[in-house]
Amino acid sequence: MPDNYGRNGDGLEPIQIEEVLLNIKNKFNKNKASILFLVPLALVALWLMTCVYTVDVEEMGVVQRFGKYNRTTPSGLNFKLPVGIEKVTNVASKHVYKEEFGLRTLKAGTRTQYAPGKAFLGESLMLTGDLNVAVVPWIVQYRIKDERLFLFEVRDVRQTLRDLAESTMRLVVGDRSINEVISKREEIAVQARLLLQDELDKSQTGLHVVTIEMKKTNVPEPVQASFNEVNQAVQEKEQMIYEAREQYNKVIPKAKGSAEKTLSSAEGYALDRINRAKGDTARFLSLYNEYKRAKDITKRRLYLETMRDLLPKMGRKFIVDEDQKNFLPLLNMGGQGKGVAQ
Amino acid sequence: MMKLQVTVIFVALAAFLVLSSVYIVDEREQVVITQFGKPVGEAKKEPNLYFKIPFIQQANVFPKNLLEWDGDPGQIPTKDKTYLWVDTFARWRIIDPLKYFQTVNNERNAQARLDDIIDPAVRNFVTSHPLIETVRKTNRKLDTFEAGVEDEDKENQPKSHLGNVLVGREKIAQGILEQAKPKLFDFGIELVDVQIKRINYVENVRKSVYGRMIAERKQIAEKFRSEGMGEAQKIEGEREKMLKEITSEAYRKAQEVMGKADATAADIYATAYSKDPEFYSFVKTLEIYSQAIDENSSLVISTDSDFFKYVKGYK
Repeated sequence: MPDNYGRNGDGLEPIQIEEVLLNIKNKFNKNKASILFLVPLALVALWLMTCVYTVDVEEMGVVQRFGKYNRTTPSGLNFKLPVGIEKVTNVASKHVYKEEFGLRTLKAGTRTQYAPGKAFLGESLMLTGDLNVAVVPWIVQYRIKDERLFLFEVRDVRQTLRDLAESTMRLVVGDRSINEVISKREEIAVQARLLLQDELDKSQTGLHVVTIEMKKTNVPEPVQASFNEVNQAVQEKEQMIYEAREQYNKVIPKAKGSAEKTLSSAEGYALDRINRAKGDTARFLSLYNEYKRAKDITKRRLYLETMRDLLPKMGRKFIVDEDQKNFLPLLNMGGQGKGVAQ
Repeated sequence: MMKLQVTVIFVALAAFLVLSSVYIVDEREQVVITQFGKPVGEAKKEPNLYFKIPFIQQANVFPKNLLEWDGDPGQIPTKDKTYLWVDTFARWRIIDPLKYFQTVNNERNAQARLDDIIDPAVRNFVTSHPLIETVRKTNRKLDTFEAGVEDEDKENQPKSHLGNVLVGREKIAQGILEQAKPKLFDFGIELVDVQIKRINYVENVRKSVYGRMIAERKQIAEKFRSEGMGEAQKIEGEREKMLKEITSEAYRKAQEVMGKADATAADIYATAYSKDPEFYSFVKTLEIYSQAIDENSSLVISTDSDFFKYVKGYK
């Protein structure tokens, strides 16, 4: 059964067989009887030549005897019983295959080109757990881990893989919200891989999932603008908070400084007040001590000294005899007095 | 010469006879032997070399491995009247090739039978469950808002329009399988599993869903904006409060310090001056005189005052 994965390795290619037959024909053309005799011989020889077969580096050879699985042989030159008894199928089991969902690689390379996504939207469009629609493209890489199962248990392994990959991915995405589908791709890939491997093992495909790689998950095009708006709103929110913090930072440290200033000046006042009190009282006490010794004379002295300083400073002075009772009309008080002085 | 030719022909004929009486059953195959179209004996399921009567008996080969069935995608309304586009696939195998041969004969017929049986089962199950059951697998709590942004009201959020998942997609698929499976035994077919490959809204429902998604996003965006404003207001309030707190506290502390200083000073004065209040008031009064009196002051003084008593004469 020649297909994508292996080839029928029955030893000889058809062209070689024709050449050999031609040679025989040419050589024995003269004698028709010997042809009749030699043809079966040649056929037997050809039959025996199918005992030898080669298996490529990345392949394994699966040998069936009378249709029944017999053995798996490694790469290199191998022997088997001739065609009709034993049959070999080579399976490229060391090769890693790739299936793409929701995208197709047009040209692989350093800058891989993908076919336009619209065409495969059917594969990638799926319902999320919160009943939204998401676009989820992904890639499954796999290899054959059991050649025997791979060959015999499932008829169309590739289609089975594709179907299972789609259903398991939808199962995983169907249990997640649109936000999770967009932001937690790694987690989805891990879970989808586990589920897919489980399903592949259950249906005995003989495949091993190497990796599931999520491509860019997104929301459908008509909705994208509103999703961007959310991102923008998040930015706006941050901005508003930062601006408020800026105002805060502008005012508060300054207020703290001026509070310290108020406090310091109060402390200054306190020091001033107390020191003055101490000074005043010290002066008073010193004077008092002197006064205690000669009370009368000190008092008189202080009085007279003050008067001495005081009287010259005063403007007009009226000295009234103690017997003169009504002298006030004589006085020109207030502004008028000032006028007179002028 | 003739003899040789006859021998060759005879050998070739014998070889042909042997070859047509021998057949190989592959690992992937099973064979039903028929004689003039009528099945003979048990089906050969084990891979091996078998013999049959040449020309009279015929080997009918059927696949033994897992076969695929791809459902015809169609529109199905759910219990909550949402029109869905459902694509299913199934896997099956021929377990009784004899029955299979007699009832459906070939794979095309078999696929038609599968269509007849699985499609209605899918329809039954999808229509009898709300949409959410076909989409979800478990009742796992979804993170419906933007990741990384804490939502204080999370507990108070309404339970949303989604509802609870009681069955889930896996069980629905299981149910479809259980409903369809027994009906296929009659055809010698074992249905291994049925799964929902794709499920989606039909075109015009999709448009309204997009509308809903946009509205939902807008509401989330609005929420973020108002959260931002709220947060900013909070910080602003904090700022005002902090400002008042700092200035008033500074005022309070300053007053306290000054008050204490005043008290201390008063105490110092009192202690000192109470030694002789009379003398204090004398000294202080004199001091105030010298501060209060200037050239604008006029003095009317009697000669009987202490200071001028000598003006009238020495006694």
